[in-house]
Amino acid sequence: MPDITPDIVLDTKGLNCPLPILKAKKALTGMENGQHLELASTDPGAVKDFQAFCNATGNKLNAHWMDGDVFMFMIERIV
Amino acid sequence: MADVDIGNAKKMTIICTKGTLDWAYPPFILATTAAAMDVDVTMFFTFYGLGLLDKKLNLSVSTLGNSSMRMPMGGMQMAMPNMIGMLPGVTAGTSVMMKNLIKKKGVASIEDLREAAVLSDVRMIGCQMTIDLFEKKEEDMIDGVELGGAATWMESALASDINLYM
Repeated sequence: MPDITPDIVLDTKGLNCPLPILKAKKALTGMENGQHLELASTDPGAVKDFQAFCNATGNKLNAHWMDGDVFMFMIERIV
Repeated sequence: MADVDIGNAKKMTIICTKGTLDWAYPPFILATTAAAMDVDVTMFFTFYGLGLLDKKLNLSVSTLGNSSMRMPMGGMQMAMPNMIGMLPGVTAGTSVMMKNLIKKKGVASIEDLREAAVLSDVRMIGCQMTIDLFEKKEEDMIDGVELGGAATWMESALASDINLYM
């Protein structure tokens, strides 16, 4: 768990592909450069998908970790 | 957007030819995800795929011609015999089963994915020839659909990085 206070926290627990990505994109669009989005997902494919999403969009996946059974992500908005 | 060339953005087109519940997913999942990853997406709906643009969707999935169809049931994978699909009510039954499963597993509905595609400026082209062929009405289709033919898709496809046929 990173030592960063997120600007936005998004809960996508229970949602399956591609909804966590779509919701993350929507949140990131309204954010400013350098702001952080913390996202929770129960989709087991999310780790690979968020890495790919960040690689392709230029946003930075600062960290991902497990909170029990939940996959957690800290994404930095890069404009 | 249709006439705006954003220059550096990657582009993708998808030809959607099938209108069943199962076949509706791949194009809409890929289109919305690509749009979320800053790709300009064009979807071309032709033949049975054109029905995916109807305002009111009532999609179904059949066991007929779908011999690899399995449904999870009590921890098992239940095969759906091809032949039972011929019986009245079976397609309605398998469609309800699939929709219940979709809801239970947190998978988006086609309506939701299509809405997401519209909101993320996915360009949707309905095939004019199919409209004439099947006597479809433009007013039965969702707003924002552009009508066009093979050449309209070709123009997009030639400028695209990825072109998919589904």
